[in-house]
Amino acid sequence: MPEQKVVAPEFMFTEAAREEQFITGSEAVREAVRRANVDMAVSYPITPQSESMHLVGDIWAEGYIKDYYRGENEFAVMSAVAGAAMGGVRVFTATGGPGTMRALEMFPTWVGARLPIVCAFFTRGINSPLTIQPDTIEMAHLLDTGMIMLHAEDAQDLYDMILKAFIIAEQTEVHIPVGVFADGFFVTHTRDKVRVAPADIKLPPYKPYSAPVPVMDMENVPFRQMRDPFVMKSNYVSYAAHASWQQEVLAAAERARPFIRQYLGGLIEVENEQADVLVLAGGTAVCQSREAIAMAREEGIEAGLIKIKSLRPFPGEELRALTAKAKAVIVPEFNRVGWLSRELRNVVQNPDRVVAGPRVFGGMTMPPDLILSEIRRYARE
Amino acid sequence: MSKPMLKMTTAFADVMPAEYVELVQNGPFGKGYGVADLGSFKELIEEHPLCAGCGLALAVRLIMASLPTPEDTVVVGSTGCSSLAFPQIALQNIHSLFGNQNAVASGLKRALKLRFPDKHKDVLVVAGDGATADIGLDMVMHSWFRGEKLATIMLDNEAYANTGGQESGMSPEGCVLNMAPTGKKFKKIALPEIARESGCAYVASVTPVQPRKLEKAVRRAILVAREVGPTYVQIFVPCPTNFKFKPQETLAKAKQKEKDQTYPLREFITPEAQAYLAALEGGGKHD
Repeated sequence: MPEQKVVAPEFMFTEAAREEQFITGSEAVREAVRRANVDMAVSYPITPQSESMHLVGDIWAEGYIKDYYRGENEFAVMSAVAGAAMGGVRVFTATGGPGTMRALEMFPTWVGARLPIVCAFFTRGINSPLTIQPDTIEMAHLLDTGMIMLHAEDAQDLYDMILKAFIIAEQTEVHIPVGVFADGFFVTHTRDKVRVAPADIKLPPYKPYSAPVPVMDMENVPFRQMRDPFVMKSNYVSYAAHASWQQEVLAAAERARPFIRQYLGGLIEVENEQADVLVLAGGTAVCQSREAIAMAREEGIEAGLIKIKSLRPFPGEELRALTAKAKAVIVPEFNRVGWLSRELRNVVQNPDRVVAGPRVFGGMTMPPDLILSEIRRYARE
Repeated sequence: MSKPMLKMTTAFADVMPAEYVELVQNGPFGKGYGVADLGSFKELIEEHPLCAGCGLALAVRLIMASLPTPEDTVVVGSTGCSSLAFPQIALQNIHSLFGNQNAVASGLKRALKLRFPDKHKDVLVVAGDGATADIGLDMVMHSWFRGEKLATIMLDNEAYANTGGQESGMSPEGCVLNMAPTGKKFKKIALPEIARESGCAYVASVTPVQPRKLEKAVRRAILVAREVGPTYVQIFVPCPTNFKFKPQETLAKAKQKEKDQTYPLREFITPEAQAYLAALEGGGKHD
């Protein structure tokens, strides 16, 4: 096993010298997992995720991970990492698109079982018709699973968010899974400059007994769970027990906010927020929005940018305050349904100001001109 | 468990639930009890909410009394009648979803191997016939193909009992059940043979009619899974509620099926497992 020194998360994230590498998003996953002190990873192929878990397999072969195998399908893989997490080890996996849908039943199960699993999602379209192209529609299906959802703009975000996700997920008062999302192909298959910490340091190991629920190892109490189980009973105590558990899970996500602020510098990032016209985006739509805003500036039009990094917990208060004076908030998205604009409409005053588009889907790229024409339209009004 | 986990704070001893006090004072952890000792110690299963005459409940009771080291056994279950009983056993046990039990157990077993490399942590999968042979079959078989060191037990009541008596793949051909109103159109799945061909080192089918035989199969399955490879035990557990017979007839039904060979008992052991068991069973207390 390669020699790696355990360092404090703060040292890994801020103080450690960084080396710039010109790598793909999938390689950025490998470099994050290499430094994350992961015990076990389980893989299953699906485009555009496959390469990331090939590379995780490669570093298992090099000795950076203690156990790794290819599971039989995504539902089984998400079940296996759940079992491993219940056994008290740090786990990682990744999927995307149809794989996400195949495994969907497991995600709320992770949350309810309070498992600090980190899963990367490399988004792609969902059938039918058959598609392997980039699209963020799967995220709409995950907004209410209860897991923390972080959206990476680029390979650098992906590297940073995966490493930080473990530390956020494993806080005792949080202890729920974190999904790190990146737009398939645009991030996974393109090369970018990524600043990474030295490969000879790693995060501290997971402490299984910091979990707020018993680890399934017969080394910690209680062994006897209940005499008169409330499960599947039709009485008020049963309903109340389930309801309060669900509320506690929501509260756990709320308690993640300070850690997201501490490690990611906030749930959002803003530029030029005084402008009348704002653009709110997540993932690679942020890059396209930056481009459009720069083009607008050349035409003498000012527009501001809000990059959303955390979708769950949702930065509702931040967005309500930031958009209070805006004439319009343009929400470009890589999906048909416009889930981000729906989210924004739910929290802002005068939701008619939310412009639900432009949207591209089915694998299309987003020409910045599309966003620019919306900026022009609302700047003129 | 590495140290005495099960104890009471003296000041609270007089207000602790009676079954907990019994478990602390006279439980099976570290004692090496077996089926022959039933009645002399506090069993792992407390009251259960299953039907009168439930064959599955009897099998769970016998399985719990057959564990070689209950103090280091974790049970992974699935949805169904048994999921109503497992919250009441004094072992850490997992219910995740319907059908994913062998995938969950694969991850759990590997995690416990990483954390306790010098200790046997037995991961025992116990699930119904629907969970094992239908909805979870791919994950059951893939855990066998991969050679996961798991003991898998099917509680075979030959139907989806908890949802109201629907046909399962393990129902006998011709059997009239819900969702099979004109009788089941295909044969009972030959899972013991499938298990043998899929990499299981030890396979047995038993009934609760012969508790010592059931105990032997469960113990062998758990012991072989420690060192040799995956194992499978199929237990016929007649269901009076859905098959409409009297609760007191459960064992007679099982006995009848043993006798007329409609539920054949069998045992497959690979030579490697045979050699391992021969070494272990030389002077074993329960065998």
